[in-house]
Amino acid sequence: MDLFVQQTLAGISNGAIYASLALAIVMIYQAIDHINFAQGEMAMFSTYIAWTLIVRFDVPYWIAFGLTLVISFLGGMLIERIVFAPIHQAPALSHLLVFLGLYAIFNSLAGEIWGHTIKEFPSPFPDYSFGGLIGAHQVGTIVIVMFMLAAIYSFFKTTKLGLALRAVASNPESARLVGIKVKWMRALGWGLAASLGSLSGMMIAPIVFLDPNMMGGILIYSFTAALIGGIDSPGGAVAGGFLVGVLENLVGTYVEFIGSELKLTFALLLITGTLLLKPNGLFGRKIVTRV
Amino acid sequence: MPEVENHAVHPDSKSGVPESSSKTIGLTDVEWRRLAFVLSLSFAVILPFVFEGFTTFQFTLAGIYAIAILGLNLLSGFNGQISLGHSTFYGIGAYTSAIMINQLEVPAYWTIPAAALICLSFGFIFGLTVTRLEGLYLALATFALAIATPQILKSKHVEQWTGGVQGLDVYKPDVPQALPLEADQWWYFVVLGILLLMLWCTKNLVNSRSGRAMIAIRDNPIAARSMGINTSLYKALTFGCSGLYAGTAGALSAIVIEYVAPDSFTFVLSFFFLTGMVIGGMASIPGVIFGALFVLFLPNFAEDFSKNLAYAIFGILLIATVYAMPSGSAGLFSAILTRLKQKLNQ
Repeated sequence: MDLFVQQTLAGISNGAIYASLALAIVMIYQAIDHINFAQGEMAMFSTYIAWTLIVRFDVPYWIAFGLTLVISFLGGMLIERIVFAPIHQAPALSHLLVFLGLYAIFNSLAGEIWGHTIKEFPSPFPDYSFGGLIGAHQVGTIVIVMFMLAAIYSFFKTTKLGLALRAVASNPESARLVGIKVKWMRALGWGLAASLGSLSGMMIAPIVFLDPNMMGGILIYSFTAALIGGIDSPGGAVAGGFLVGVLENLVGTYVEFIGSELKLTFALLLITGTLLLKPNGLFGRKIVTRV
Repeated sequence: MPEVENHAVHPDSKSGVPESSSKTIGLTDVEWRRLAFVLSLSFAVILPFVFEGFTTFQFTLAGIYAIAILGLNLLSGFNGQISLGHSTFYGIGAYTSAIMINQLEVPAYWTIPAAALICLSFGFIFGLTVTRLEGLYLALATFALAIATPQILKSKHVEQWTGGVQGLDVYKPDVPQALPLEADQWWYFVVLGILLLMLWCTKNLVNSRSGRAMIAIRDNPIAARSMGINTSLYKALTFGCSGLYAGTAGALSAIVIEYVAPDSFTFVLSFFFLTGMVIGGMASIPGVIFGALFVLFLPNFAEDFSKNLAYAIFGILLIATVYAMPSGSAGLFSAILTRLKQKLNQ
C-alpha cells in the first residue's frame, strides 16, 4: 500500500510538470493552430538561463525564478513576432519545419554555450521527506504549478486582456473586427506559453539534472497529456497532465513487462491510441469543417 | 480542411512548361537533361578511384542516406504525409540485416531484400493504422515512434536478438574475387547501383497511374476520393513503399558500417532525413542526392568551427528554406536554369 501511495504521489508531482508544459502547448495551439515541437527545447533553454543566474551570478533563487519567467515571456513573444508572424498563413508542413529548426537551434546552442556535461540544478525546497512518501521538492512542485495554473485561470476569466485572448482563440476574424489586436494577442499567447514551459523546466531539472536533451521524454508525455485532455482545451491539458503522470508511474511500477525501460513506448501507445480512438481528447471540442 | 494551396510542397512541375522543340545552344531540353545525367553518372563512377578510402566510404553513406531520403520524399513530397519516424524504419532495416547476418548466418546480400520486405510490411501496417491522421497529428505520432525506438531496441525483452545497449557486430562480405576493387570501392558501387535502381523505380512510379493517385491525394484528398481513389489504401501503400526504401538503406548501412547500436537510430536521424529532403527539394527526385550530400558533409565542415553548431546551422537553413526557397535547392536550381535559358535564347 505504501508503494502505491508513494508512486501515486510521485505521479501527481510529475503530472504537475507535464500539466504545465501541456498547457503551454495548448496555448500555442490556440494562438496559431499548430503544435509546438520546440516547446521542450525552449523550456530547456530557459532553465539554463535560470541556472546561469543562480549558479554563475549568485542571484537568490526566487529572484532568478521570476527573472527567468519574464525573460522567457519576452523570448516567446520575440519568437512569435520574428519567426512565426511572417508564415502564419503557411501550411502545416512549413510550420513543422520551422518548429524543428528551432528545436535544433536551441538544442545545439545550449550545447555550445553550456556544454553537454550534466549539471545539478538547485531546488528551492529543503531536502525533506514527508513520512517517506513524498519529498519536499515534489510537494513544492505541485504547489507552485497549482498556484501558476490558478493565476492563469483567473487571468483568462477575470481580466479584459484574458477575454481578448480567448476571443482570438475562438474566432480571430471576429476578434479583429471588434478591435482586438490579434497579432499582439498571438505574441502574448507565445509569451505565456514560454513562461509556463520555463516553469516546468525549472521544476524538473533538480530531478532529471540539467542537460541539453533533458526535455525529450518530458515533451512526449506532455504531448500525450495535451492530446488526452483535448488539444484545444486548457483545462483538459492540466487534467491530462496529472492523469499521464499518475498512469506513467503506476504502469511503470506494476506492469512488469513495461517497467521503467519501456515508459516511452507506453507514451507512444497512449498517443496513437488517443489519436485513433478519441481524436478530440476527453475535453476537446468536436470540430466540423465545411468542405 | 484540405489545403489546396500548399506552397512548401509545390513540386517544381515540369509539365507546366511545354516540351518545346526550341534549342538552347544546339540541344533540346531532353538532350540537355540526358547530357547532365551522363555527366553526373560518369562523375559518380570515377569518384572512388579519385578519392581515398575514407572519402569513398562517406560517399557510400551519402548514397545510403539518399535512398532513405528518396523514400521520405515519396511519402511527404508526393503523398503529403509527414513522417518524423523514418529513423525507426531505417533502424528496423539495419537490425533485420544485422540479426540475420550475425545470428542466422544468412549471406549479407540476401538480408537487403529481406529487410526491405519487413519494412514494407511494417510501413504498410503502421500506415494503415495512422491513415486518419493528418498534418501535425501524423507528425506527432511518428515523432513518438522515433523517440520510443532506441528504448525498444535496448529493452530486455528483445535483448537476446538485438544485443541490447551494446548492439551487434556485422561482418561485411568480401569483394568478389574477379574484381580488382577494394572493399570500400566495391560497396560504393553496390550502393550506387541500388540507388540508381531506386531512382529509376521512383521516377516510373510517380509517373504511373498509382503515382498520379498519390499526388492527387496530396493535393486534395476529398477530390481524390470522389474520383474513386481508395485514399486509405494508397496512403498505407505509400507508407509501406517509403518504409521499403528506408529499410533498404538501413540494411545497407548496417553492412557498410559493420555495426548496429540502438543510439544510432534516434530522432536526430529522422531530423537529418527531413532536412535533406527539404533542402534537396520536396517532390524532386534528383534533389535527394543533393540533400543527402548536404546532410552528410555539412557537419564535417561545421565541425571546424564547433561540433555543436552543425545542428544550429541545419536549423537556420531549414527555417531559411521555408522562407526563401520553398521548393528547395532543386526549385532554386531549375529557376536559375530557366532564367539562364531565357537569357541565352534572347
